[in-house]
Amino acid sequence: MTDVSPSRRALIGWGGAGLALGAAAAGGTAAALSGDDSTGPVDDGGGAVPFHGAHQAGIATAVQDRLHFAAFDVTTDDRAELIGLLKEWTEAAARMTRGQAVGDGAVGDLVEAPPDDTGEALGLKPSRLTLTFGVGPTLFRDKKGKDRFGLAGRRPEALADLPAFPGDDLDAARSDGDLCVQACADDPQVAVHAIRNLARIGMGKVAVRWSQLGFGKTSSTTPDAQTPRNMMGFKDGTRNIPGTDAAALTKHVWVSEKAGPAWLAGGSYLVARRIRMHIETWDRTSLKEQEDVFGRDKGEGAPYGKQHERDTPNLKAMLPDAHVRLAHPDSNGGIRVLRRGYSFTDGTDGLGRLDAGLFFLAYQHDVREGFVPLQRRLARSDALNEYIQHVGSALFAIPPGVRDADDWWGRALFT
Amino acid sequence: MRAARTSVVAAISALTTLTAVAGCAEKSDGKGSDAVQVTASDSACEVSKTSFPAGHVKLAVENKGSKTTEVYVYAPGDRIVTERENIGPGTKAVVNAEVKAGSYEIACKPGMKGHGIRQKVTATGKGKAAERDPRLDKAVAAYRAYAQAQADETLPKAQAFADAVKKDDLAAAKKAYAPSRVGWERTEPVAESFGDIDPKVDVREDGLEKGQKWTGWHRLEKSLWQTKKITKADHDLADQLIKDLKDWRKRVGTAEITPTGMANGAKELLDEVQTGKVTGEEERYSHTDLVDFEGNVEGARTSYRLLKPVASKNDPALAKELDKQFAAVMKQLDEYREGDGFVSYDTVSETKRKELSDAVNALAEPLSKLAAAVVSK
Repeated sequence: MTDVSPSRRALIGWGGAGLALGAAAAGGTAAALSGDDSTGPVDDGGGAVPFHGAHQAGIATAVQDRLHFAAFDVTTDDRAELIGLLKEWTEAAARMTRGQAVGDGAVGDLVEAPPDDTGEALGLKPSRLTLTFGVGPTLFRDKKGKDRFGLAGRRPEALADLPAFPGDDLDAARSDGDLCVQACADDPQVAVHAIRNLARIGMGKVAVRWSQLGFGKTSSTTPDAQTPRNMMGFKDGTRNIPGTDAAALTKHVWVSEKAGPAWLAGGSYLVARRIRMHIETWDRTSLKEQEDVFGRDKGEGAPYGKQHERDTPNLKAMLPDAHVRLAHPDSNGGIRVLRRGYSFTDGTDGLGRLDAGLFFLAYQHDVREGFVPLQRRLARSDALNEYIQHVGSALFAIPPGVRDADDWWGRALFT
Repeated sequence: MRAARTSVVAAISALTTLTAVAGCAEKSDGKGSDAVQVTASDSACEVSKTSFPAGHVKLAVENKGSKTTEVYVYAPGDRIVTERENIGPGTKAVVNAEVKAGSYEIACKPGMKGHGIRQKVTATGKGKAAERDPRLDKAVAAYRAYAQAQADETLPKAQAFADAVKKDDLAAAKKAYAPSRVGWERTEPVAESFGDIDPKVDVREDGLEKGQKWTGWHRLEKSLWQTKKITKADHDLADQLIKDLKDWRKRVGTAEITPTGMANGAKELLDEVQTGKVTGEEERYSHTDLVDFEGNVEGARTSYRLLKPVASKNDPALAKELDKQFAAVMKQLDEYREGDGFVSYDTVSETKRKELSDAVNALAEPLSKLAAAVVSK
């Protein structure tokens, strides 16, 4: 197979040298900033985020604007076939993150055959696309208890089904999955193109179980940047783990070699929750109550009694059930998770209500010391619960980074 | 049926270089130096020359046998370029055709049936098509025979359905409905290539254009299952359906069929399943979608089997995958068999429908690569 597909950056180059220079410079900045560690934050110039590294990109990477997240069921029972797919996926993912088309491109030479690449990303920048791969509990033992791939012995203890939380109304069709891919990019079409092409490559071996589009980031891993607002109009997650804080990442996000299992060292755990917001009732709530619910002022995002968003909060100034007070690390024995959620709006439901909310994504070194205790506390007491409901849920183990061109997603798990 | 599609014929004629305009029969005796003399008997079909220039060709036929005969001109893959039926013993006829450069066969059919006694002839001239792999010509001819057999077998079944409608026998008509559609569903891309028949027999209510009268199977389906009443208008619709299906049966032989067309037709059948059957849209009143589903898959599998000798040589991995995925889809369908048909599709849950959809995707994706495997060397 010859590499004939023009990269998106090259296509831009044909259109104008200035643009091409800009994109190349952005890519260069990205590489320089991240060095060997592909997960470092990058400049926001439409360039490429390195695919290879010690950790997978798309976790500590500066949060991109758009998301397409997909969970897959593995439909084959053939271990070799699954491994073959993971290799094929890795190759396609590496190409797409560089802004290249998959396979022989989107405009192949055989008119009788459909092109390998679906084509909608032709001419677009790499847009800092990251593709982050994970494996769910059912890959190790399916819901019927069957160990389809001889992996049961390799399942980490932490990768158990999440407990049921009070108030959950989980839809099985929007929950769980054997595999997941998180596609983040600054251009929505680039993210959708990536998931679409991976799903297509996977047909016959995997099938999309559910997928979620996110149109706006709700968290930032770059403390200097503005904290984005969620669909309720509030800044939330101000105290997120910065992608540049190596010590915090090591402590809270990456699975250590000591904790193991070995195949997961340098990886992480991802909790994905589809949190529906009761938008219409929230909008009718007085400003005072809205601010009480969060424990911040709506305009600036400052904690109660403070001037600025990043002022150290005085938790006691907030109501006991205020969201920030309950979720703050100081109320939870220092527990922190790296949040990477996105706002979603999937049109309206049959009753004319906006089907909108937060697609919550949180990375952590161990869910039992991360999301689970946090959510236990929030589900029990959070004032926000009156306006939200968790309707989808999934947990994945996120393997370490793909080291080089010979490495592939999940290699350490399967070998 | 799909609401809008590029007809297979349009797509194929862009690719083929063997397009020939069908001629018409004349009554004059056509004697002349440029005419090809065809002497038909009960056991022979002699031609005065086996090579002639491309363009307008005149066949001067004389039936010296004791049986009534027919004369056909076939392009590769047994596509009928022109034909003349009912040439009685001792009579003459002239058959005209416009042919492009390439290989053809002239066939006499004493007794007006069977494969005929054939002579290979060549139309010479510029732009002669590259010779096609004879295995592919064989595949096309075999597929045409399959399509013809499906049409032939459909007519009595459709007649039984129409008869039940005309006797106002609701139960019998419902029972005969789905089986009457199987042959059509198996070979739908061929039927759809005659742009005018599909909108008459297989259109759904939402596929109607402004001013178009709703006729065909699905109109009757609505009467039988939705209004549960057979009207006088339905009797006429039943007659019309038979008339239109007879037209279909007659035209199968003239359809442009190419190897890539067969491959893409197989893919289109799976498209039909994915967009119409898995969703339950096709048979929204009768819920007999799984019968159509199986017909579509069987038709696609027949195309594949006929192309497999070439495809498996060019792309062995693809052939292996297709064998596997065809088997997987059929195995899933087996779960829903009931009596000599299938369970009503409205009893199939959303979860199970997704399983069917996944299986169809798993098959359709590699099937979309079959055409390339047929043309690549």
